[in-house]
Order: sequence, then C-alpha cells, then structure tokens
Amino acid sequence: MFLSIFGSVEQGIIYAIMALGVYLTFRVLDFPDLTVDGSFVTGAATAAMMIVLGYHPIIATLIAIVAGFVAGCMTGLLHTKGKINPLLSGILMMIALYSINLRIMGLSAENAIVKPNIQLQSNETIFSQFQSFWSPLGIDDTLSNFVKSLGAAVAPNTWGTVLIVLIITVIIKFVADWFLKTEVGLAIRATGDNKRMIRSFSANTDRYTILGLGISNALVAFSGALIAQYSKFSDVNMGIGMIVIGLASVIIGEAIFGTKTIFRATLAVVFGAIIYRIIYALALRVPWLDSSDMKLITAIIVVLALVIPQLVSKQRDKKRKEKRRLERLAQQRELVTQGGE
Amino acid sequence: MLKLEGINKIFNEGTMDEKVALNNINLHLAPGDFVTVIGSNGAGKSTMLNMISGALTPDFGAITIDGKEVTKLPEFKRSQYIGRVFQDPMAGTAPTMTIEENLAIAYSRNKKRGLRFGVNRERKDFFRTSLEKLGLNLENRLNAKVGLLSGGERQALSLLMATFTRPAILLLDEHTAALDPSRAELITNLTKQLVEENNLTTLMVTHNMQQAIDLGNRLIMMDKGQIILEVDESKKPTLTIPDLMTEFEHIRGEKMASDKALLGS
Repeated sequence: MFLSIFGSVEQGIIYAIMALGVYLTFRVLDFPDLTVDGSFVTGAATAAMMIVLGYHPIIATLIAIVAGFVAGCMTGLLHTKGKINPLLSGILMMIALYSINLRIMGLSAENAIVKPNIQLQSNETIFSQFQSFWSPLGIDDTLSNFVKSLGAAVAPNTWGTVLIVLIITVIIKFVADWFLKTEVGLAIRATGDNKRMIRSFSANTDRYTILGLGISNALVAFSGALIAQYSKFSDVNMGIGMIVIGLASVIIGEAIFGTKTIFRATLAVVFGAIIYRIIYALALRVPWLDSSDMKLITAIIVVLALVIPQLVSKQRDKKRKEKRRLERLAQQRELVTQGGE
Repeated sequence: MLKLEGINKIFNEGTMDEKVALNNINLHLAPGDFVTVIGSNGAGKSTMLNMISGALTPDFGAITIDGKEVTKLPEFKRSQYIGRVFQDPMAGTAPTMTIEENLAIAYSRNKKRGLRFGVNRERKDFFRTSLEKLGLNLENRLNAKVGLLSGGERQALSLLMATFTRPAILLLDEHTAALDPSRAELITNLTKQLVEENNLTTLMVTHNMQQAIDLGNRLIMMDKGQIILEVDESKKPTLTIPDLMTEFEHIRGEKMASDKALLGS
C-alpha cells in the first residue's frame, strides 16, 4: 500500500509538468488543446529514440522539449493562420503526431522505418544517472530506516527519484509563476481573457496564442520524456486520454486549493496531478476494477468535477433566495403588527 | 494628425443585404482636436471608428496617422498609436487579471513586450498616481481582479488605460452609453479631464446630442455613410440641440429619424 502510493506520488509529480501545460492552454489561454495526447508521446518517443542512439539523457530530454514546442506551435498556426476551430486544430495535430511518433521511434532502429515502442531497460536515463550520484550518499538507508521505525513494513528502493522529480517540477512551477507575470506572460493571459482588449493594446494575439500553445506542449513533451525514462519504455499509445488526465488534475487541484492567485493556481495543478495519481492507485486496488477501467473513471472524475460545482452554486443560490423571501415575509408581518397598534 | 481620404466601405457586396456603410468619407483632425460624431443608428459612425482602429479595412481610400499611412496596417500594430474605449464596459479590460496587471498591459502599448516583470515598484507608483486622478479609490485596490469592479469603475479604468500612454489618437465609441446617468456623467467629466491633461487628439462617437455639444471643439454629423454636417471651432461654442435638428432637416429634407438621437441617453 505504502509503496504503491509512493510510486503514485513519484509519477504524479512528473505528470504535474504535463498538467501545468494543460493549465496553460485550458485555463490561461482558454484554448482546449487536444494536441497533448500526441505531444506527450512525441516527448517520450524523441527522448527514448535519442537515448537508444546513445545521446546523453539530458540532451535527449531537451530535444524532446523542443519537439513538443514545435508541435504546439503547429496547432497554433492551424488555428490562427488556418482559421481552424481550436478543438479541430488539436485533433488534427494529434492524429498527425501519431504517425510522426511512429517514425520518430523508427529512427532508433536500423532495420525499420516505424516502431510502435522502445524499451530502455538497459539504457542510461536521467534517473539512473542521478542514482549513481545519489546512492553513494547513503541518504536512502537513513530515510528507509526512519520510515520503518514509523511502522511501515517496506520502504521504497530509493528516495532519489522522488527528490529529483520534485526539484524539476518545483522549478518549473516557479518559472511558470514568474513567466505569467512578465510582460509577455501578461499578454498571453490577456489573450485568453479578452482578445479584443489586448489587440487594442498593440499585442499580436496570433503570436501569443502560438507561443502559449508551444510552451504548453513543450511542458507536455517534457513530462512525456521523463515518464518514458521513469518507466523505461515509450509506446505510441501511451498518450491516449492524456488530455483528460491533465484536465482532471487541473480541475481536482482547483477544486481543493482554489485559484485566487497564479501562485495558488499552479500549486493547485501540481497537487491535483499528484492526487489524481493517488486516486488512480487506490482505484486499481478495488478488486472488481480492471486497470483498463481507468479511462472511464477518469472521464467520470472530470464530469463530476465539472458538474458538482454548478449544482452546489445553484443550491446556494436557491438557499439565498429562500432566506431573502423569509426575511421579507418577516418584515411584512412586522409592518402589519405595527399598523395594527 | 489623423487624415481620412475618400474612405469607402460596402458590407455584403453583391448580396441582397448589400449596405453602403461609408460613402466617400473625408476627415482631417489637427493635433489636439476633439471631434464629436453624432448621427442616427446605421449612419456609419462606428464603422468609421473601426476603420481608423484597423478592426475593418476600407474597400478603398487612405488613412494617415501622424503622417504615416496606416490603411493596410493590422489592428494590433496600429493600436500602438491609438487608444480606444468601447461601448461595452467589459470590452476594454481583462476581467480575471488584477487592476495593476491590466494597467501594465496598457503601459506596454508602445513598447516591446519582453521578459521583464509587467508590474514593478516604479510602475506601481506610476499606476497609483494615475489611478488617484479617477477619484474612485482604485489606487488602494491594485490587486483586485477587474471582474469584481462595477461597470462605471471598469469604464473609468478603460479610459485611463487608453489615455495614460498618450496615444496619437483617442477613439471613444459611445463609451458612456451603457452606463447609468450618474456614472455616465462621471465618465464624461473624466474624459474631458484626461483628454485635456494629455492634450489628446480625440474622436468621440455619441448618441447623446447634449454630450456631443458639451465636449470637444468640433462636431460632425453623419447620415447614411456620409458626413453631412461639420461644425468648426468658431461655431461649436454657441451650438444648441435645436440648431442641429434644423440643420438636419434642412440638409436631408426630413425629420431626424431616431428618437434616441433626439433625446439623448
């Protein structure tokens, strides 16, 4: 139990980077970007392919980020220059990326043009490299002994992974907070908020839409690259439903932690992603549920998260009106009694 | 400062709904001119403003701002020189962003946007002193989201955002029409104050004849896509509503159609 939750937290922190990307498009730009399902795999495929070809994992990850950025920009171009509806732009790009991702993974093999997956079992990854620096420090043993002394039966193999992903994600969260407060960041936010207004202040909304989509998908691809290295494989189907997972993370986080400031909102997204992973792990422990049911569960979580707040505010509104009615009634009664005196 | 030469625009050309929106418009604003534009619905007032701002492009004709021809310049580039306040109080500000962030966006109008913080201490001070002029106590609410402000407050903020970078041209599109009378008066007074302070060349469309007479140094009347009457600086101070009514009847040979234009709003 502890181990599976621990694993979920590790993964959740990596998926949080993807969720931040989704937050950037869905919430900040107000652009429902479905490219995510494709660009996540693009990140994973590019990183895996380059690692297999012998590049340093950090270089491989950086190139994966660039690939995601380009994919996002393409979606932006389809929408702004091609005047294609946002949803359709994303879907078109997602479908195109499916083929492109097969080709990218094909680059890793000499005897094939396309490849549906890449195994990284015996390759160096960001995590294995960090591990070779981390293990000699002996911090793992100390922490594991500490956890065992608290009563846990088993301790995780290493604490290094959770530390490194936490560092990466926290840095990205703070960079995102900073970026959204810069002049360019403000313009991107205004583009999502009121296009007419920001155009009247000499901002090219097309450019900011493209830039926002590029950055968002760069983050998604980064997350994909890390997941590929974490789970030691990349698969062309690993991105299916990713957008809904990202959305679920954003919505869960916002519902629990609120969105008052940018700082709070991005923090909420990170926690939302971790909580989603924990829910996922717990749901898998329900005996009559199969892991293939998770997509259905994710969809239900998103639907509930979208519908419940509406019902709650409707209920609140009703209560408020009822209260006012009773107050009015009491007032009138008072007037009548006063009149009678 | 602003020159319109032979501007023509037809909407839905070649269809049943064809409508001549602007018919050979010529207009010249000298620096510091404050021209009010009146006319009934469909006279082409807003279309003319949209041509100047770049939201629409003329079929033919030329627009020049400060000696530069801008006819084909896209809206976002042109808005470096043009401040605008819309009729809808919601249109000029970004609701989910704070007052200071909105001001920062407006502040970057004529600068290149980079990776500096949009709001820094120096700018904050400038925003605060600028907001004080509005007299709405907004200077103490810099971190409030603009969506929480009332329509009047948002319009006052829009007006400040449109003017405080001193654009070459200020366009006001019935910017008091959606407000209640007391708020409208407040915005009208602020308009006067800010335009004078920054010495802005201004073009203001209004439905309200009294407002058109009270504000500005020149007045033009539009009808059916044409400028049918121009009142210059020498005659404007003595102009009255009945004068305008008689003029209109005289020119068009018919009574002014719109009650709204007659009564103001």
